[in-house]
Amino acid sequence: MTARRLVPGVVATLLAAAAVCVLPYFLSDTHEYRFAFVATFFIAALGLQILTGYAGQISLGHGGFMLVGAYVTTILSVDHGWNDLSTIPLAGLFAGVLGFLFGFPALRLRGVYLALATFAIPIALIALAKKYSDFTGGGGGKPLTRVLTGHEAYVTTWPIAGGMFVLGWLLLSGKLGRAFRTIRESEIAAVSSGINLALTKTLAFGISAFFAGVAGSLYAIIIGFVNPDTFQIELSLLLLIGVVVGGLGSLVGVVVGALFIEYVRLYAPEILSWVEAPFGSPLDPKRAGAPAAVYGLILLVVLFISPSGAAGLLRNAYKSLARRAYTLRRT
Amino acid sequence: MAEFIQQVVAGLGDGAIYASLALALVLIYRATHVINFAQGEMGMFSTYIAWALITHHGWSFWPTFVFTLGISFLGGFGIHQAVIRPLQRAGELTVVMATIALLVMLSGLASWIWQPDEKVLDSPLVGGTWSVGTVAIPQQAVYDLLVVLGCVVVLWALFNFTKLGLALRASAVNPAASRLLGVRVPWMLSIGWGFAAVLSAIAGLLAASAQFVFTPTFMQVVIIYAFAAAVLGGIESPVGAVIGGLTLGVTINLLGTYLPGQITPDMRLPVALAILLLVLVFRPSGLLGRTLVRRV
Repeated sequence: MTARRLVPGVVATLLAAAAVCVLPYFLSDTHEYRFAFVATFFIAALGLQILTGYAGQISLGHGGFMLVGAYVTTILSVDHGWNDLSTIPLAGLFAGVLGFLFGFPALRLRGVYLALATFAIPIALIALAKKYSDFTGGGGGKPLTRVLTGHEAYVTTWPIAGGMFVLGWLLLSGKLGRAFRTIRESEIAAVSSGINLALTKTLAFGISAFFAGVAGSLYAIIIGFVNPDTFQIELSLLLLIGVVVGGLGSLVGVVVGALFIEYVRLYAPEILSWVEAPFGSPLDPKRAGAPAAVYGLILLVVLFISPSGAAGLLRNAYKSLARRAYTLRRT
Repeated sequence: MAEFIQQVVAGLGDGAIYASLALALVLIYRATHVINFAQGEMGMFSTYIAWALITHHGWSFWPTFVFTLGISFLGGFGIHQAVIRPLQRAGELTVVMATIALLVMLSGLASWIWQPDEKVLDSPLVGGTWSVGTVAIPQQAVYDLLVVLGCVVVLWALFNFTKLGLALRASAVNPAASRLLGVRVPWMLSIGWGFAAVLSAIAGLLAASAQFVFTPTFMQVVIIYAFAAAVLGGIESPVGAVIGGLTLGVTINLLGTYLPGQITPDMRLPVALAILLLVLVFRPSGLLGRTLVRRV
């Protein structure tokens, strides 16, 4: 990659980092709290981006690995007296190992079969969490030791999110990242150039599960409470939708995806009332189910208009600007 | 022994529902080489339409059943024409994401339109038991099995003995050659999607009858069993899907009966997942599937 092609990505990253540092001075406590959720979705979606956007494998079950991370943190901090923040690496590691073990059989398969198998991860894990209730608190949930304010949540999550972003970027710019991209483009080409297909795919799965585990751990810490039903299949689908809307294969696009996941839920009634205004629908946009309908609708629209997501739109805009600047200089 | 037979019959009944949905997945996979993740939610949506007709408009069950299947056919046809066909050229991942968008949208729409609380489907397919000697055979299971097998036979006859069936198969096997011979391939693929929607509507109606109450998420469990069944039988084999569904239904019921301590109802899904993974490890192409050889 030449230095010139790196410029837009670096600029976007620096702008995003600056925004994250400055935002707490402008946001209310409620919105800081919301942004802490954005950070956790950002971390989980980063992991999914590595798997789907770079290694080209679909997972419909990353919410399940968030559940694992959340419970590792809860159990260690509540039952064993650990400091909740110091459980984060372990939560990630535990989820990562689980992902690696799961990926081991599942990733010997081509895309569709993998997606099929991953669909069952959150459902199976939720059933397990509910069954072993003396360990996990069961369906009623389990409170953590403390509850964070919006500002505390913000300053806890975003530095970790930044660290995970750098980690992801370093991983992907090295040899492993190149192997991932080769697998995405052509498995046959990857094998013929000496890449161990099963191992590399499983590694991608494990690494992305690690990210999801860290995100789940933070999720539990900022809510101060875990419940298996938080990690229903909808959460996993939402993560994937966020990644696609942000743009597959773009790390910076994940920020857009994470904002999308958190804020569409908030603004779904407004969005629907614009859509409905010309038809005068009898349905109340504030009712349950409306946000999901909006998420699905937006994803479909994105697939039709810009399959490469928000990042693709930005990239195209940058390219046409650069081209215009170039032609202007020539004339 | 009596309990064993009873559990096998009950398992076949559950299995018939999985088989119906698995067959829908296989039909779509053969026609468009995509896994339709929205398949279960399409069945769920059809079930809600039937429920609304029966509860709010006073229809009786069987006319509603037929009408719902018709609506579902049109729905499946329309989804292929409006969403899948235009995106097909953009690649596999885009189409898979489109089916996920449909999944989320349909489940959102259902709880938005009809509220997410529990509904009861007024269905004649809920029954008591027939006593054969000491064995109490659940009528429900027999009905499910008969309805699904009936549909399978109709579909099989349609695919094998009619000109439409020939065109449908030709479009799936070799679209380019079919087009040269004058088959309207996109229409045929849409008809395949329509049939798949009908099968998932049947699965939805039967599952809703079997569970007494249903919510917008009731097909999520069924679709996972159906995935497992389809993979078990080999994702390209219709016969495999039916056998896979029935086998899975019986296996889970028997495990639930004879290993009661470990396999409570909520533990059935992890068991199904384990079966799925085991099959994938030892026979990646399923029990009746062919090993795919790809040319470099």
